[in-house]
Amino acid sequence: MTEPKPPANAAASSGATKASPSAGTKPVASGGTSSRRFGWDRGALARRVTALPTPVKWLLIALFVVFLYALPLLEIPIISTPDTDFGAVLFTVASYVLVALGLNIVLGYAGLLDLGYVGFYAVGAYTVAVLGSFQAHLSWWMLIPLAVLFSTISGLLLGAPTLRVRGDYLAIVTLGFGEIIRLTALNTEWLGAAKGITQVPRPPSVEWFEIPHLQWDGFTAFIDLGDTTKFLFFGVADQAPYYWLALTVIFLVLGADRMLRRSRVGRSWEATREDEDAAELMGVPTFRFKLLAFACGAFIGGLSGALFASRQGFINPESFQLLLSILFVAAVVVGGAGNIYGVTLGAIVVGYLPERFRGFEEWRLLVFGVALILLANFRPQGLLPPRRAKRAIAADEQLEALEEGTARV
Amino acid sequence: MTFLLNNFVELTVTGLVLGAVYGLVALGYTLVYGVLQLINFAHSEVWMFGSFAAVWVTVAIGAGPDSGIAVAIGVLLLALLAAMVVSGAVALLIERVAYRRLIRLDAPKLVTLISAIGASFALAEIMGLRDRLAEALGLRDELNSYVRSARDNTRFLNPLETHGVFNIGRYTVSNVDIIIIVSALVMMVALDQFIRRTHTGRGIRAVAQDSEAAALMGVNRNRIIRATFLVGGVMAGAAALLYLMRFGVTRWNAGFLLGVKAFTAAVLGGIGNVRGALLGGFVLGLAENYGSALVGSEWRDVVAFLLLVVILLFRPSGLLGESLGRARA
Amino acid sequence: MRFTVKTSAGLLAAALALTACGGTKGGDNDTASGNGGSGSCENVAIGYFGALTGPAANLGINIRNGVKLAVDKHNKDNADCKVDLKEYDSAGDPNQATGLATQAIGDDSVIGVVGPAFSGESETAGPIFAEGGLPTITASATNPTLADNGWDTFHRILGNDASQGPAAASYIQDVLKSKKVFVVDDASAYGKGLADIVNKTLGDTVGGTDTIQTGQTDFSATVTKIRDSGADAVFFGGYYAEAGLLVEQMRGAGVDATFVVADGVKDPGFIEAAGDAAEGTIITCPCLPPEESQDFFKAFQAAFDSAPATYSAEAYDAANVFLQGIDKGNTDRESLLKWVNSYEGDGITKKIKFDDKGEVENISVWAYKVENGKIVADQEIKTN
Repeated sequence: MTEPKPPANAAASSGATKASPSAGTKPVASGGTSSRRFGWDRGALARRVTALPTPVKWLLIALFVVFLYALPLLEIPIISTPDTDFGAVLFTVASYVLVALGLNIVLGYAGLLDLGYVGFYAVGAYTVAVLGSFQAHLSWWMLIPLAVLFSTISGLLLGAPTLRVRGDYLAIVTLGFGEIIRLTALNTEWLGAAKGITQVPRPPSVEWFEIPHLQWDGFTAFIDLGDTTKFLFFGVADQAPYYWLALTVIFLVLGADRMLRRSRVGRSWEATREDEDAAELMGVPTFRFKLLAFACGAFIGGLSGALFASRQGFINPESFQLLLSILFVAAVVVGGAGNIYGVTLGAIVVGYLPERFRGFEEWRLLVFGVALILLANFRPQGLLPPRRAKRAIAADEQLEALEEGTARV
Repeated sequence: MTFLLNNFVELTVTGLVLGAVYGLVALGYTLVYGVLQLINFAHSEVWMFGSFAAVWVTVAIGAGPDSGIAVAIGVLLLALLAAMVVSGAVALLIERVAYRRLIRLDAPKLVTLISAIGASFALAEIMGLRDRLAEALGLRDELNSYVRSARDNTRFLNPLETHGVFNIGRYTVSNVDIIIIVSALVMMVALDQFIRRTHTGRGIRAVAQDSEAAALMGVNRNRIIRATFLVGGVMAGAAALLYLMRFGVTRWNAGFLLGVKAFTAAVLGGIGNVRGALLGGFVLGLAENYGSALVGSEWRDVVAFLLLVVILLFRPSGLLGESLGRARA
Repeated sequence: MRFTVKTSAGLLAAALALTACGGTKGGDNDTASGNGGSGSCENVAIGYFGALTGPAANLGINIRNGVKLAVDKHNKDNADCKVDLKEYDSAGDPNQATGLATQAIGDDSVIGVVGPAFSGESETAGPIFAEGGLPTITASATNPTLADNGWDTFHRILGNDASQGPAAASYIQDVLKSKKVFVVDDASAYGKGLADIVNKTLGDTVGGTDTIQTGQTDFSATVTKIRDSGADAVFFGGYYAEAGLLVEQMRGAGVDATFVVADGVKDPGFIEAAGDAAEGTIITCPCLPPEESQDFFKAFQAAFDSAPATYSAEAYDAANVFLQGIDKGNTDRESLLKWVNSYEGDGITKKIKFDDKGEVENISVWAYKVENGKIVADQEIKTN
């Protein structure tokens, strides 16, 4: 390659540079044009928002946060799921978002393709279930830290030997790891085997007051006093409190993620992802940082699994199928690996759409598959590409313009 | 342990039979990976469609096990042809729908993986919903024997009766065992020769080695990519027929697990390496059987994946290394 | 019972519009909560709860078809009382089941549910149904502990593993007079639960065990173990898909031990998968022989182009329990639950009467046999 190597797209895993031959393909910069063609001009909106005075910005953000918390109560038509409980869907979506944020550290920041992420989710869930109900009866406040601890440890244990394996090999090794966790749970009596574990402790409740839900008749809303959510009661039927809990955890994780990304650690991940050898040469201990990414990812995955188990009250190995890992990866990539808002959106797409469109009945997985193909083909950088990728694309375009004609064979 | 030793031959032969199927499916993963460095996640559905093509041939002809050896061979060859054609066509379809645009855009690998995953879901669901599709087309009654119980196992009416041929120790090796292992070896050698000797094969190697340089030398990269998908698909079609001769049934979601195993086999042998794929398949098949014998069948997949991890730790690019591009001419 | 009279008096019609739209949504037409007599079954539905997509879709569709047949037949016979069928496709996933169950109890028109189909989803959906007072009858979840949760809405119209396991064991012991039995299970809650009981009951005659995984197709190592053990009977706990493959591979390898399985295999799909190898297989089932329900068989065949499959008949029975209750004017959950609790009648699979825990009483387990590609009744199994 005589021309300067085009900066690999941020979403690409470490091996991608090798796989990006620019000759023979049309020298049209990829995501740039397609996002212009198929997306709205996000730049303008962002600029307008940034231009607002600070207090207004904060007010807007606060309103949005309140709106998110109020979602299960509002039950807005169109957004709300007609064929299944909206609160339950919101919790599922929230746990997907949490998982996607964790996987984003591994996949988006460090560029490691992990196809066994459900393994960490399972470790978190099983810690809560086994130590909270099946073999011991620890308190919920003890279980969550333990779940996170065990999943982080499992991340380190898996990472230490396997992170020496590069690129796509890592994908199959992690896939194997996820399956090993599931099969171990399935085949071990001590872990509940196929029957699973019942009576998983739920978060401790405080019952302060009741909040009524809205009812809609067309576009008219009225308050339905017959349908209320008790604040803050973690029962079996009302899913809203679990959603609030998960949402709160998401905000905490978002904050931590932001800090991490802007630190030395975040920059090291970026360097490792773009060019591992160069990073190593510049003095970045790449292995240690990859391991750290794995541990951080496992931490969040375990946390999400723990919430999942304590919401559901019952877990069995069926809940941790390989397919789930694949959906998680799809969420991150569809949204835009590396961009936390992108992966959040991706998780919403993957978690929410199949539930929203239950009206398609048996056809909905077919529709989902087609949607994945379309999303991948028409938004290859993800729904919200990371800023880093946008910079790279701009640089690419400049470069291509300078070399006009030479790259085409 | 004594059980393993007492039944060593039987476990070995059945392990090799399973491994041969893994190996043939793994060829598809290996070829596409060698050329594009992409995991063709939808390859499992290529196999699945091939298996249904073979089944439908036997349904259409309706030849049972007692129709004589000549008819049996004819039907099997026809089923083989159908499976290869359908698998090849589905592989090309996947290349067209899920890959071509992304390859042209030089999109990130991960996105291409997602596109392939989408294709895999969609194809499996199409097969699982074939009764509903036939209904929508108004052909439910005409196609009933092809689309009934779409979510269930569908039986392959094997025209060839299984019978023992010779004994090794306590195990009677059957004609099907021999056909499967020998065909897998023959197909692998044929493919190896194809890649070494033919014009297209040379193109595949060239693109795998350095796709830019190949393009500069006048190799039509897009044509080569299509050829790669086609060859991988045809191999999967052959694997589908062999699988049916051994296991007798297929279903809409049978591809997924087999695909995972075949991909494991490809990595085990050294992804991108044609011989490695078959070797990986055999090793995996044997490991599963020996593992089941030693620690119980419930741990068979755990054994398989642990073996993979161990091998990758000691030989980071598989047993035979990645070498599609480096194969000697 | 959730009182559905929307106390929407204080309709503050929040920021959006102040149109005084007093109409309340949902099915609160029948809040009369009493025996209003037949004919008033507008806006009444029963649900099917289980997988229609996903890996267990085949089992779920069989069950749904049984329910659908019953509902369609009912609506044809009672033009003035049309009962809706609502499908809750959980894909067999306990997580999806949570949301769907919550949805079901929030939909006031749904007053009875056939399902949940599997034990796993029952664990998460069960407490929600109990809270919503929505009576359920499962036609397929056989984990014995489900009945011990204290859900007053729970009913099971078939024998659980604890009732079927000993019967299968006694058939192997007393009828087959087997000297050595090999026990295989599929690691599912159903299969393993059953195999464990058979294992325990048979004791010393068990010559070896092995566990396969659902979804697998190659059982050569298991077959080798069976042959090596020299067993003259093989018990398999699991569903028909794997059973078919296992018995075919056994026969292919020349193992001619009698193959004994349970109700999860009583399905045309078993014969489809196993072909000739299915011949002579013994299937135990806590259901009466099909000769007594020929009408059902014919109607099912006509409606769905296939013979009734695993649990289709149980589902048909379960739906009929509800439908008969609705015809008697029990058109709300509370009265329908009472109806089910005190139900006594003849179904096509058994005499139906539920005990305090919701288990069906007086289960007689029958042995069936595969002969000439058909599953035919063999004899009733007496357990001591």
